[in-house]
Amino acid sequence: MNRDFGSIVLDTAFRYLVPFILVYGVYVLLHGEESPGGGFQAGALFGIAIIIARLVQGEKCELNIPGNAAVVLGGLGTFIFGFIGLLCIFFGGNFLEYGVLSFLPEPQRHTLGILGIEIGVTICVMATIITIYDALTRREVSL
Amino acid sequence: MSKEFLSQYLLYWLIAVLFMIGPIGMIFKNNLMKKLMAMNIMQVAVIIFFLALGQKMDATLPIEIPGLTGVTNYINPLPHALMLTAIVVSLSTTGVALALLLLIQKKYGVLEEDEVLRRMDQ
Amino acid sequence: MRKAISYVTVAGMLFFLFAVAGALPQLYDPNSPAARHVSPRYIEKSHEEIGSANYVTAVLADYRGYDTLGETTVIFTAGVVTVMLLRTGLKRKKL
Repeated sequence: MNRDFGSIVLDTAFRYLVPFILVYGVYVLLHGEESPGGGFQAGALFGIAIIIARLVQGEKCELNIPGNAAVVLGGLGTFIFGFIGLLCIFFGGNFLEYGVLSFLPEPQRHTLGILGIEIGVTICVMATIITIYDALTRREVSL
Repeated sequence: MSKEFLSQYLLYWLIAVLFMIGPIGMIFKNNLMKKLMAMNIMQVAVIIFFLALGQKMDATLPIEIPGLTGVTNYINPLPHALMLTAIVVSLSTTGVALALLLLIQKKYGVLEEDEVLRRMDQ
Repeated sequence: MRKAISYVTVAGMLFFLFAVAGALPQLYDPNSPAARHVSPRYIEKSHEEIGSANYVTAVLADYRGYDTLGETTVIFTAGVVTVMLLRTGLKRKKL
């Protein structure tokens, strides 16, 4: 099973490439307010890292999110986004009005709120890319 | 080759040619996969059109540099935000379209449009 | 006949797109209509209202956060639809 995919060149390149892709994804997500980047791009990077793992090492790869878990993660990301919006209503503001979140420190309320919804967007985009890839490449599909 | 021609007509005409690849491919090509690719090229043309409308002469990226203020120093951030979401939506619509094409391929065996229509009638 | 209608339609669209280029706003113009309506507000007030240096993020996540919520819902729906399309076919075969 291990030798169905990959070769020594692919395995070595995979081992050096994927950590940099993951670290760059974290950087793009966390520095979305200071530099080019944001949730959508970070989600695409994370999704690409896991798709590379699937392509090189096959279904049994170690860096993996299974297809069923990816659907649940997509729902979770959308839920995080909507939950932060509803939290603002709960604290007495409008939908997605971060200025009323009184448990956050005063000058960074908007920035931390944006970071929260971008984490949700990241999880949703990453999970959707993996879901689409997993559904399209599933072997036993037959009609 | 005046400056007005280069900065006004030529760019819009190039975008129009890129846009028209979409309808021409979708009307005249027979393969459903090629129709999907033509639709994606049309989407890219719309994205380039929006981004070209957001540019300003002598302006920088829409990221704040300390000490540099003024509206004319930064390009318009609104088309960038809109097109960022449009790119991701084009990814998901392409995924759904590929799933549909996979089902058509599994059921009818081909992706040629007239052949699919002929086998559908049988 | 149908071919002829297709050719005429495509030629008409191409001619229309070429002819209308003169009426579109001048590119690279700081005073074009797209740059005058709402984007000065985003560029001027974003620093004190949001505190984010990246104006695109400020527009995307704060001024137009409701749009982004709809966007995320669309992406999630597309993923679920892909799974439903390809896995229900699997079950129907086994019955």
